[in-house]
Amino acid sequence: MQAVPSRISLEGIVKTFGGFRANDDVSIHVAEGSIHAILGENGAGKSTLMNIIYGLYQPDAGRILSRGREVKISNPRQAMALGIGMVHQHFKQVDTMTVTENVVLGLPGRPVLNLAQDRKRIIDLAQELGFDIDPDQPMWSLPIGMQQRVEILKLLYRQADLLILDEPTSVLTPSEIKPFFNLLSRLRSSGRTIVLITHKLDEVMEMADRVTVMRLGRVVANIEASETNSRELARLMVGRDVIFDVTRTPPRIGSPVLEVADLVATDERGLSALNGLSLTVKAGEIVGIAGVDGNGQRELAETIAGLRKASAGTVKICGQVADRLNPAERKRRLRMGFVPEDRQKVGLDLDSDIAFNMVLRSFRLPPFSRHGWVDFAKIKTHAKQLAERYDVRMRGVGQRARDLSGGNQQKIILAREMEDEPELLIVSQPTKGLDVGAIDFVQRTLLAQRDRGTGILYISTELEELLMVADRLAVIFNGRIVGELPVSEATPERLGLLMTGKAA
Amino acid sequence: MSVVGQPSVKAQTPSGAEPRAGRVAQSLIKFAFMLKTVWAVLAALILGAFLVQLAGGRPVAAYSALFEGAFADYYGISSTLVRMSPLLLASLAVIIPLRAGLFNIGAEGQIYIGALLSTLVALYLPEVLPSWIHVIACIGAGALGGALWGLIPAALKAYRGTNEIITSLLLSYVAVYTVGAVLHAWLMEPGAPYPYSREIPDALVLPTFLSETEAHIGVLIAVAAALVIAVIFRQTTLGLSIQTVGHNPHAAVYAGLDVKRLTLSSFALGGAMAGLAGAFEVLGLKYRLFDHFSPGYGMQGIIVAFLAALSPLGSIVAAFFLAGLQVGAGAMQRTTGIDTTMVEALQGMIVLFVAIGLAFRYHPERWSRRVAAWQKPTQGE
Ligand SMILES: Nc1ncnc2c1ncn2[C@@H]1O[C@H](COP(=O)(O)OP(=O)(O)OP(=O)(O)O)[C@@H](O)[C@H]1O
Ligand SMILES: [Mg+2]
Repeated sequence: MQAVPSRISLEGIVKTFGGFRANDDVSIHVAEGSIHAILGENGAGKSTLMNIIYGLYQPDAGRILSRGREVKISNPRQAMALGIGMVHQHFKQVDTMTVTENVVLGLPGRPVLNLAQDRKRIIDLAQELGFDIDPDQPMWSLPIGMQQRVEILKLLYRQADLLILDEPTSVLTPSEIKPFFNLLSRLRSSGRTIVLITHKLDEVMEMADRVTVMRLGRVVANIEASETNSRELARLMVGRDVIFDVTRTPPRIGSPVLEVADLVATDERGLSALNGLSLTVKAGEIVGIAGVDGNGQRELAETIAGLRKASAGTVKICGQVADRLNPAERKRRLRMGFVPEDRQKVGLDLDSDIAFNMVLRSFRLPPFSRHGWVDFAKIKTHAKQLAERYDVRMRGVGQRARDLSGGNQQKIILAREMEDEPELLIVSQPTKGLDVGAIDFVQRTLLAQRDRGTGILYISTELEELLMVADRLAVIFNGRIVGELPVSEATPERLGLLMTGKAA
Repeated sequence: MSVVGQPSVKAQTPSGAEPRAGRVAQSLIKFAFMLKTVWAVLAALILGAFLVQLAGGRPVAAYSALFEGAFADYYGISSTLVRMSPLLLASLAVIIPLRAGLFNIGAEGQIYIGALLSTLVALYLPEVLPSWIHVIACIGAGALGGALWGLIPAALKAYRGTNEIITSLLLSYVAVYTVGAVLHAWLMEPGAPYPYSREIPDALVLPTFLSETEAHIGVLIAVAAALVIAVIFRQTTLGLSIQTVGHNPHAAVYAGLDVKRLTLSSFALGGAMAGLAGAFEVLGLKYRLFDHFSPGYGMQGIIVAFLAALSPLGSIVAAFFLAGLQVGAGAMQRTTGIDTTMVEALQGMIVLFVAIGLAFRYHPERWSRRVAAWQKPTQGE
């Protein structure tokens, strides 16, 4: 049937985790020199499938063919030998090492290093790809988009011609996405094959040649991108029609629940991140913080939540000065929920089970414990209820949080922070890595909270999302709010000027 | 376009299809993996047998002397129990902070300071109190001494970010020599040939629980402490908090836990365990404070903690076993002439094999595939 030869083919792949079928009879053919998108709900089994191709997991059944030849891939090294490389959903690098060192790290068959030579070859390769990277910079000093480019560089340096990219755009800011797509196009024209996992349907429509849709571990569709549209893809993914616009009532605004005045704070490196920021959120409204990533969003959220000390200024929550309270006290006494941006590093204890993570911030309080004595039965029932209400796809609440799919990890945090009806809710990039159905669900839930009277500070780099849920937008630039406007008056042009500091 | 059919809701579970024999085989394999430490110990004993042979001895005779000496009779068992107590407490001193992700390499020092404080209270607290209260004060002083000594590296870690591995280790030397200096300068019994203190009053000697042996109640307290620590980690908010810090300090801050305070308390609690070990050596066994009284219990505690895979309950078993080896070594030397250093070699090999065992983990999926593959040829019959 296929005119173009297949670069990699999967036939009847099955993968179970202790009785649970993460991949169930999956067959996919990826054509040589194409961009092949894999779509699917959170927990559909996309990452599992990719890990199988990359040799991290062994399938229970099924065959893998690389260029028509059946292969057994027992580890990433063998995958590399077949020209297969992967950038993970949550990739890891050695922060203290330089770009060159990270690229060279783990190269097989190299008992003696010649870093000077590698460095030169890396510069050449980077130039060829149009990357503006200093090979001597330490990894930690690079923005995440750059770090991702280093990951791709690493694969190409190992001569990979099949690149598996697991949700690469979820770590990128909107302004980084365009150049990233240009890069993918260039890689495709140079004959490389790309398997792209994403939750963003318009990205699929823009970039992909062919699309595979997965659901509940199975393939439900294999389609040419030119023969479909976003709406159909969404329906295939979720199994029902997804309505993209949320209906909303006018806000019923109450008294202030968050008053931030002249806040000053620094980031990890001691550089100033907030420069006298002032902001108010009232009960019953959603205030969106718009801005280019890295303008103080993270520090703002953390300072309000009590994770970061302000060097000047005050934070008042529900009329009370919160400066001396720790994060748990702010949650409990001032009724503030906080969804942090980095779910794996801050939001979860990945080595504990789902049940514990559901009470991570409240296990020391009744009813989950009394006089220092933990009531695990209560914790478990509580977790079961929440998991059901927030549709967490899992094997059971005793499962380790680490083994959950990325989107389901995010749902645990959302469930935990929203369930006890907070007065104030700070959410940072809450839809990162969520599928369309889940995004829809999160936005509805947030709107329901607002209608109940919660004041919500919604921080996101996705303008579209902000325009959809927020009542009022505040634009952050260089650690300060440079403009506030109701959503009805917000146009992309006007926001663009504010976000780049070109208008007051 | 080709839309493949909708997935059926009820995916067939593989376990239902698996034949019964296969499942039994798999649970046996899983069980074998759980006994990993036991295999490591056996492997070390087998290799040890070769060493005995090399040294010109008879392995069977050597081992029977060793194990009879340690476990076969009343006196052997009581000596093993006495030896177990400091090993167990020292292992708890390692385990508690390690659950919070902190390495306490300095249990040895905490043992010495505990012993010192306990001795001071025994010798210098006026004997006006009822003796049982005085004994409790001596034990408490030991725990306090260990806790305070443990707090130093913890505080340096919490407030200055200093590496606790190095500070706790170096503070051990400081403690050992502090005890030596105090003995020389002040506490040493006049005319003694070797630096040791006066004997503690008879009324303060710990009672024994096996008659005509040295098995003092410190042994029981040590076992009780291990049980309490196990319950703390399993059932209390303190245990969960310590564990959360160990898993992910960022998430711990987000959870509202006071990471600095937990650093201090886990080290203090661990140090208190080591301090108890020091107190019991004085009150239960030696009745005096000796210079260099510990044969390295602190370091052996690390071995025990490692053998027990950081489980407080496992530590009871591991400490009992290691104590038995050490006690049996003497009996082996007496009856077969094989040097006690043989047991040290054995200990080293056990650690080595347990470490090797860490590389083998049970992967359910992998084994279910293998078992299925084994069964195929027989199914045709
Ligand atoms: N190591 C594991 N042990 C147990 N279950 C696992 C493991 N890895 C994945 N799973 C389960 O398999 C299912 C598929 O997970 P996977 O990570 O492949 O999903 P995904 O499609 O990548 O989702 P997402 O879009 O949220 O990243 C999930 O339900 C997950 O809980
Ligand atoms: Mg995934």
